[in-house]
Amino acid sequence: MTVHQLSVFIENKSGALVRVLRLLKQENIQLIASTIADTADFGIFRIICSEPEKACNVLKEAGVAVSLCEVFAVELDDRPGQAADAIAIFASEGISISYLYSFLLNGKGVLIFRTDNAEKAAEVIASNGLSVIEEKDLSRLL
Amino acid sequence: MLGVKAYNSFGMSEMCGPGVAFECPEQNGMHIWEDYYIVEIVNPDTLEPVPDGEVGELVLTTLKREAMPLLRYRTRDLTRILPGECPCGRHHLRLDRMKGRSDDMIILKGVNIFPIQIETILMQFQELASDYLITLETVDDNDAMTVDVEMKDLFIDDYAKLQALTREITRQLRDEILITPRVRLVPKNTLPKSEGKAVRVVDTRKKY
Repeated sequence: MTVHQLSVFIENKSGALVRVLRLLKQENIQLIASTIADTADFGIFRIICSEPEKACNVLKEAGVAVSLCEVFAVELDDRPGQAADAIAIFASEGISISYLYSFLLNGKGVLIFRTDNAEKAAEVIASNGLSVIEEKDLSRLL
Repeated sequence: MLGVKAYNSFGMSEMCGPGVAFECPEQNGMHIWEDYYIVEIVNPDTLEPVPDGEVGELVLTTLKREAMPLLRYRTRDLTRILPGECPCGRHHLRLDRMKGRSDDMIILKGVNIFPIQIETILMQFQELASDYLITLETVDDNDAMTVDVEMKDLFIDDYAKLQALTREITRQLRDEILITPRVRLVPKNTLPKSEGKAVRVVDTRKKY
C-alpha cells in the first residue's frame, strides 16, 4: 500500500533543481509526481518516479543528498469531496499527516502522503477499504 | 573635530602594551625602538625573512626584558619595513601600518572571532560533515556572518527537523561567538575541501 518516494535536499541556489532533473533525464527516468516547498535556504524535492531505486543510486553517486522512503498512495475517484472524506478518516483516528500532495493518473486522483504513524495508517487504510496504489501499479500505468 | 593631531602607535599586551612603535611628526611609518627590540619580517608560511619593503609577519625579540623575555616572538601582525631614512632624522626603522593578521582572526562588530571556535561547535553535530564556509558581508552597513555547513550523507526528509537543527547550530554558535550568524545547511561536497589550504573565510565586507 506504499510507493517509493525520493526525497532530495535542494539548496536554494540557481541550477540546483535542474542538476537533479538532468541526472534523472540522463537515465531516462520519468517523473510521475513531484513537490517542493519554499523555505529560505533549502527545499526538499519529493519525487514519485519510475525506477525509484535506480534513480536514488544515480543521484547518490553524483553526490546528491537523497533518501528513498515509503509513502502512502491512496487512489480516489476524480470527484469533488473525495480527498476530504479520505483525510477525515485519518483525522478521526488521530493520525497526523506530515505532508501530502496529489496528482491525476489515468482518470483517478492519487493522494501521496506521509503520516506520523505508518503502522496505524496502514490498519486504517485496510479497515476502511481505501483503494491504494502499489509500486507495480505505477510502473504499469506509465 | 577636536583640533588634535593624532599619531598612530603600535603595541601589544605581550610586549609591554602600546608604544612598541610610534609615528614621528613626518607621519610616514612608525619608528620602532630598535634599541629594545630586534625586528624581523618573515614570510608567515616559509618563515624566511623578506626584503625591506615587502609585507610579512612581524617577529620581535626583546633585548631588555628580564622576567619574561620573548625570543623571535611571532606577532601574527602583517606589516613591512619602510625602506630608506626618515626625514625626521631618527634612524630607528619604520613599520608601515598593520595590513592584517597572518592567522585568520575575524573581527566582526568589534568582536574577535577565531574560525576554530566555530569549527569546534560544528564538529559536535553528528549530522554535519567536516567542511564549512564562513562568509562575512555588509548588510545595511552592518557586519553580518553566514556559516554554510555541509550535511553528512544521512539525509533527513523532514523540514521541521532540518530547521530545528539549523536553529540549534545557530544558538550554540551565538553562545560561543556572541554574534548570531545565519546558518545554512548545504549538501555534502559543495564547499571547498578541508585538505591543504581550504578557504574557510570569505570576507566581502565593504572597506571604509
